[in-house]
Amino acid sequence: MPEFSAGKVTDYADGDRKVIDCGEQEVGIFKIDGEFFAWHNRCAHRAGPVCQGRIMKRVIEPVADDRTIRRQEYDPSETNIVCPWHGYEYSIKTGFHQGNSRVRLRKADITIREGEIYVRT
Amino acid sequence: MNIQGRIGPQYSPIQEISVHTDTRDILAHARRNAIRRGLQDWFVCDIDAHHVETVSWKEIVTYIEDPVVRDNAMRFQAERLGAPPYGLNGDLGLRYQSVGGRIPHQDGQREIVEETGVHRDVTLTRRAMDSLGIDNMVVFPTPMLFLGMHPQPEMEVWLGGAYNRWLIDRILSEDERIKSLVYLPFNTPNEAERTVEELGDKKGVIGFCVTSTRHKPVHHNDYMRLYSMIEATGKPLAFHAGYHWQDPSLATVNRFLGMHALGFVWCNMVHMTNWILNGIPERFPKLKALWVESGLAWVPFLMQRLDDQYLMRPSEAPQLKRMPSEYMNHNCFYTTQPMETTHPKALEITLEMIRAETQLMFSSDWPHYDFDLPQEICDLPFLTEQAKRNILGLNAARIFNLDPTPVKKLIAS
Repeated sequence: MPEFSAGKVTDYADGDRKVIDCGEQEVGIFKIDGEFFAWHNRCAHRAGPVCQGRIMKRVIEPVADDRTIRRQEYDPSETNIVCPWHGYEYSIKTGFHQGNSRVRLRKADITIREGEIYVRT
Repeated sequence: MNIQGRIGPQYSPIQEISVHTDTRDILAHARRNAIRRGLQDWFVCDIDAHHVETVSWKEIVTYIEDPVVRDNAMRFQAERLGAPPYGLNGDLGLRYQSVGGRIPHQDGQREIVEETGVHRDVTLTRRAMDSLGIDNMVVFPTPMLFLGMHPQPEMEVWLGGAYNRWLIDRILSEDERIKSLVYLPFNTPNEAERTVEELGDKKGVIGFCVTSTRHKPVHHNDYMRLYSMIEATGKPLAFHAGYHWQDPSLATVNRFLGMHALGFVWCNMVHMTNWILNGIPERFPKLKALWVESGLAWVPFLMQRLDDQYLMRPSEAPQLKRMPSEYMNHNCFYTTQPMETTHPKALEITLEMIRAETQLMFSSDWPHYDFDLPQEICDLPFLTEQAKRNILGLNAARIFNLDPTPVKKLIAS
């Protein structure tokens, strides 16, 4: 299985994303809340370039005790990647689509050695 | 272990797709997937794609026939700070289509175009065709889809005519692969007839288009001469769907998602119901009616509803000699997008009821947020290869009299 460099750990600030060309494939590396996550750059919907989309906090709509709603908010604990083709939104931490966990991204294996990140495809 | 990255990480040149990203980069995966499926050797025709005509509105208004309105429009576009497109109505929903910027290509294509020999829209259309794997692409306007709801019917005549002449002059003349169904100012029937007479034979004009968002009955006697003229040309008449949030039937829908899902179907359901029950296919048996951008799931629903009701009340539709569904899958044609694919069994039955092998034509709707790709047809497991070839291009070649020789430049980047 070929292995590709994804740069140094120190190249990534929290919230960063880098899309790596890995031969015929592409992988998105994300650093969220101090952890690294890696997903193949193929949306589960139409194989769109999901990892090249906007990174946005998940939108939620709090329901009050009386079951009414007044506003939407961003969930600070959940960061999504949005496929730029059609808007499919996935949790960067789980790879699950926001609205249907059966729709999910394909995980890429990463290892960190001596401060350098490597991707296996 | 084979470490490919000894020379350092190979970062993709595009880290985040934005409104400035080149169409060919946005659609790089589409091109790769089309190559993998061998579409270079298939004739692929896209019956419904779009350009944003308002970007060229300064040019378009110079084609308005009425000299006073033309002057007013040109002066407005030149002098008004941040001028919106003169004379054009629109729908506020247009502002929501990109889901708050999550789908950038819906908001704008601000990519660099260095080619100066042709209009920018020609270059953008070529880039889309050669990325999606398309041989012929039919382009429609975008905000003008709402023009049928304009309070001034004469404005539909002026702007529709200006757009048609601009399109023929600046876009269709530049590339044989780009086609159009000319805009008919349907709210003014005699002007629609004039459009057929004057523009029906122009280069690249392969049919006629009624934007479906309007409150005119398609079965009114005022339109019979128009339908006769179109039938005589042998070219199809398309009803291109759209939404309109001011439609009272949608007044309670507060989410764009819901309004869009219903609105794009509702207008064509109403027109189709009138089309069939008033016997238009019996009166114009050679008129090819094409139903565009409503998706497909509505068709079997309406077939079942009309068939059931017709058997109980045949005296109310005395012109019909067959079941409504038989007119819908013999006299009518459909475009695929936005094809509902989340329930595969339902889609299979839908395509069977439509008689997709002869009645269905691929459409992408690029660059809108719910665009489809040719690969979706290739990947349907229940279709024969011949059916896929028909849907992707050969049905269009037959119905629109197009040369089915593949001419696209589907090469790896």
